[in-house]
Parts: sequence; structure tokens; C-alpha cells
Amino acid sequence: MTGDTALSAVLILPVAAAALLALLPGYRISAWVNVVASLATFLAAASLLVLARPEAGDYLRVDDVNIVFIVLNTFVGFTAAFFSASYIGHELEIGRVTPANLRFYHAMYQIMMFGMNLALVSNNIGLMWVAIELATLTTVLMVGLYRTHEALEAAWKYFILGSVGIALALFGTILVYVAAQPVLGEGMPAMVWSNLIGAAAQLDSAMLNVAFVFLLVGYGTKVGLAPFHAWLPDAHAEGPTPISAVLSGLLLNVALYAVLRFKLLMTANEAAVAPGPLMIGLGLLSLIFAAFMLYRRRDIKRLFAYSSIEHMGIIVFAFGIGGPLANFAGLLHMVMHSLTKSAIFFAVGNVTQIKGTQKLSEIRGLTQSHPALGWGLVLAVLSIAGMPPSGVFMSEFLVVTTSFARMPVLALILVFGLILAFGALLLRLTGVAFGTPSEPNAPMHGSLAPLWLHLALVYLIGLHMPQAMVDWFQTVAAILG
Amino acid sequence: MQGYAFDIAHMLAGGLVLVSFMMIYQDRLYALLNTFALQAVLLALAVAWQAYIQSAHHLYASAALALVFKGMIVPWALHRVVQRLGIHREVETVAGVVPTMLAGMGLVALSILLMLQLTQSAESAIAREDLAFALSVILLGMLMMITRRNAVSQVVGFMSLENGLILAAAAAQGMPLVVEISVAFSVLIAMIVIGVFLFRIRERFDSVDLEALDEFRGERR
Repeated sequence: MTGDTALSAVLILPVAAAALLALLPGYRISAWVNVVASLATFLAAASLLVLARPEAGDYLRVDDVNIVFIVLNTFVGFTAAFFSASYIGHELEIGRVTPANLRFYHAMYQIMMFGMNLALVSNNIGLMWVAIELATLTTVLMVGLYRTHEALEAAWKYFILGSVGIALALFGTILVYVAAQPVLGEGMPAMVWSNLIGAAAQLDSAMLNVAFVFLLVGYGTKVGLAPFHAWLPDAHAEGPTPISAVLSGLLLNVALYAVLRFKLLMTANEAAVAPGPLMIGLGLLSLIFAAFMLYRRRDIKRLFAYSSIEHMGIIVFAFGIGGPLANFAGLLHMVMHSLTKSAIFFAVGNVTQIKGTQKLSEIRGLTQSHPALGWGLVLAVLSIAGMPPSGVFMSEFLVVTTSFARMPVLALILVFGLILAFGALLLRLTGVAFGTPSEPNAPMHGSLAPLWLHLALVYLIGLHMPQAMVDWFQTVAAILG
Repeated sequence: MQGYAFDIAHMLAGGLVLVSFMMIYQDRLYALLNTFALQAVLLALAVAWQAYIQSAHHLYASAALALVFKGMIVPWALHRVVQRLGIHREVETVAGVVPTMLAGMGLVALSILLMLQLTQSAESAIAREDLAFALSVILLGMLMMITRRNAVSQVVGFMSLENGLILAAAAAQGMPLVVEISVAFSVLIAMIVIGVFLFRIRERFDSVDLEALDEFRGERR
């Protein structure tokens, strides 16, 4: 197998699977077809790590920056599909979804994976925009899957805000083209990423500045940065839990990846305004805002949705600071947050099925009633709160030390936000995990394997990061500048 | 020839901005939908004109899409939605026509100042003007989405915003993928319209009824 075949497989497998799933009746078979297709996509993506890289064309490209995101994306796509297969049957039994809905759900799952994979491997700013739009549309449909009043409202809100976001991102994309067109000539070449970055120094910097503002606000809406985050908690809380895991773990990363690509372009053009301060500002705002909001949450899925805003804030802050060390920390944090947050949602899915509610006040004593689930949740929340020895601790520690060395005042704000969020999460965790177990205690249906697999990865990387990973992070951190 | 090409492009793009202003003060939904259809037809003409002067034949596809889909099918479908929901008689409480119009003028001034400043080096005067007008249409569309409460008029606001984007994409000399982007947007709009239709969404979700709000957040004590 060559790199080209592997790259095509990453894109074609989800589309083929979606077509098959749209035809297959019976949710049991489709659930497992979904798992097998996601596994095959993951294997194809993983093979890109060892095979020779396919040559960059007008549309697709695999390079140092995106390869690990592709592997991570397909990996979490696979574990979430596995979790979903064991989880979604019970939703059918309790009548939250109909068999027809489930058929639609599985087909959409694969189209969503296709959209995200395409966005990650695209070498063309127009294609990347179309791919992100596709991923947005499919997730909107998934969020509204339960057809309840709340779910439809959440989907509508996400739809309108997400659409305005991607509309602004498109205007930014057009401006980048207008800036590139005199240098690279009319037509396709001026939208191809490899050309743009090569000619970045000659592009009109004033145009790039304005374009970047539109792109940051547009794609930033999809990242969930405050003050454009309003869709995020609703979409996480009202959709099916496997989708919450994918939203937090993957879609936010994909949107952030798009921002990073354009940040790269800005740094390569010396006359353009530095993107750092803008990103630092938005990042800190998101972090502090979300940290305060964590205290007021009474719904378990909303709690972790706000925690996602907080972590996106930390990551954008890290990339805003820039430099090899902060970029390293930002990349590591993206990977760790993705793994940990999806693990948390796998646990939360089980919790809500057992207790039949998402209200924090009605969930107590999980470690006693369901030790494997309860302790898994404890470990996952400790990890996301930044306790050693998890990988999240390592990346947060790196962000804090670098910012103390370079911008002490901002570092104080950062640490304040981190401690605030830490306190809120621990406060909620003790209530949920310890004490006398609350009723009811329905039997558990969802598999715990994906949860523990993610936890094992997060803690192993925290204890000892493989050399290959360190090398990759260092290479990309250097590219990001 | 050059002056003549410029004048017509200028007129059509300026017409789009003018129609955006007209939409701001329509307080009845049918009138709003008709105005939107007018804007879509103007957009189709503007894009077709760009296709002609740039000899970019793929843009005719975008123009046709704008004319048939946004100029005819969508307004017709929304007419039916409005009829079904029984909101055709409702007069919207827009946040005051005068302040909104003033804000709109401010936005147009802002976008013209910004874009003309930016594109000073650009060789094509048409691209300069059209980008400035396109940004005005985008900002006016956003303004409309903010000031309206009814879901149908918010959708119209979004579609008008999107008209601005298509104008910008068509005006950017030789930009590829414009047709693909128009199609992607059409799918998006079709889904929004179907969403309004199926789920009978009448209002935006900022009810002043605090109890309803609490329930929506799923966080009632």
C-alpha cells in the first residue's frame, strides 16, 4: 500500500460506509458496521505515519502539521463509534430515538467523519471551508436527533451561530485569495496552501490582517471561544452523548487547526500584524469566563461543555504566546484534551443512562454503586483538572512556566483561571463520585473499554512521552513559530 | 468598454446594498420575502455580469443558482411556511427603524472606508468596489439577524448575508470553487428552510419568560 492509497482510504471509507449505512435496516448491524468502518479508517490513517507521504496536490496534502491530527481524529472517531454501539441501543429501548432516526444517525456519523478528515488533509483553503461546513451541518443534525423541544432549540441555535461563523470565515478566505491573486496569479494556485505559505512574505499584509480577523472570529465561533461560544453548551447537553464526545474531542480541534493554518500564514508575513495578542486575549477571556461559569452548572453535560471552552481558551492562549515551548504545550494540550474530554463524555453517557438524569444534584456516590465507572470518571476529571501525573498536567505546566518567563502578568491571570476551574471541577466531582449512592441505579449498558483506553493513554503519556511524539511536537512547534 | 463594464457592475452591487436597506425596514413578512427575492435577482444579474466581463463561464452557474434557488424556490417555500405558521399578519417589533437604519449607514460607511483603504493596490477597480459593497451587505445581513426576533426573518437575514459573500466571491478575479461554494451554501439554506418548516420554529429563543429559559438550559433547580 502506498501513501496515496492510504490517503484516499481515509476519505473514501467514510463515504462508502455512509452510503452502506443509509441502506442498512436494523440498528445492531449498522452500529457494528459503523465501528468496523471507523476502525478501518483509523488503520488507514495510522499507516500514513509509516508510509511515504503522498505528494501534495491542488486539493490534498499530508504534512508534519496535520498528520497527528488525522490519526487522533480517526482514533477518537473509532472509540466513540465503539462506545456508541454499546450505548445507543439503550436509548432506543427507552424510546428516545426511533429505528429510522438511528439509521440516519449512523450514516451521518460517517459523513461527519468524512468532513473532519477532509478538512484536516485539505491543501486548499476553499476546500477546507467546504469540509468544515459539511462537518457543521452533520453535527447540527445529530444534535437535534432526540427531537425534543430542547434538542431542537439547541440545534437551531448551533445552526444559526455556526452558519454566521462559517460565513465570516468564508469572507476571510475570499480576502486571503484576493491578497494572493496578484502574487500567485488567477485561479486555483492562489488558493493552494503550499503556494500560499511559500509566497506568504509577498502577500499584501493589510489585506491579510483583515482576513485574519474574519477567520479568527469565524472559525473561532466553531472553536467555542468566548464571546462566540453560546451554541456550545446547548449542543453538548442536548445531543446524544457519543456526539458530545466527538464535538468536544474532535470538531473543536478541527476548527482550531484551521485557525492555526492561517496563523502560520500571518507569522510568515513579516509586515502583517502579529496574531499573538488577539489570540492571547480571546484565550484568556474564554478561560476566565468558563472557569466562573463552571460554578453555576447544574447539568453534568453542560459542566463538561464549559470545561471544553476553558481548555480551548488555554490552547489558544498557548499558541498566542508562541515560540517553540508554548507551541509544544499547545499541541500537547490539544491531543490530551481531546482524549480526556471524550473519555469523560463516555463516562457521562453511562452515568446519565444509569441515573436517568443529567442533573448534578441527583447523581451521587458513583464510586460505591459502580466502582469501575465511578473511579474512571474520577481519574478522568482529575486529569482534565490538571492533576499530575496526567498528560494534561504536563501541558498546562508547560504553558504556565513559559508564560511566567515571557509575560508574568498574563501568567497570573492564567493561573487564576486554572485554579478557579480546578476548584469548580473538584467540587462537582466529590458530589457526583462520593457519598451515599442516589437512586435509581439502572444496569449499565455502555462499554467502559473506550473510557479506560483513553485514560491509559493520557496517564501513560503523562508519565513518559514516547520519543517519536516529542520529536513530532518539536518539529511542528518550530514550524508554527 | 472598461468604463461601461465598471458602471454596470457598480450599479448592480450598489443595488444590492440598497435592497439590504429596504429589508431592514420591512415589518411584514410577505413584504420582506418579496424584497429578498428582489435582492436574489439582483445578485444573479451582478454575478452574471461578472461572468461576462471576466469571461468566467462557471460563474453563470452561480448566477443561475441564485436566480432559481434563492430568487424563486426559497421565497416561495418561505411564503408557504409563513402561511402555515399563521404569522403572515404579524407585525414585527423591530428595534426601532430609525436607530437600525442609522446603525446600518454606519456599517456601510465602515466597510467602504475599510475595504477601499485596503484594496488601494488592487489593479481592478471593480473588485475594489464590489468587495466594499459585499462587506456592507454582509454587515447589514448580520444587523438584520440581530434586530429581528422571528425565525423566518432571521433566516432571511442570513440569506442576505450570504448574498454578500457570493458577490465578494464572484468579484474576486478568477476565484476558483465559487460554484462549489454556492452549492454548499444552497444546501445549508435548504436545510435551514426545511428546519423552520418541520419544527415550526416561530421565534428566537430569547423569551423573557424566565421559567421557560430555565427549562431550556436544562438547569432548573
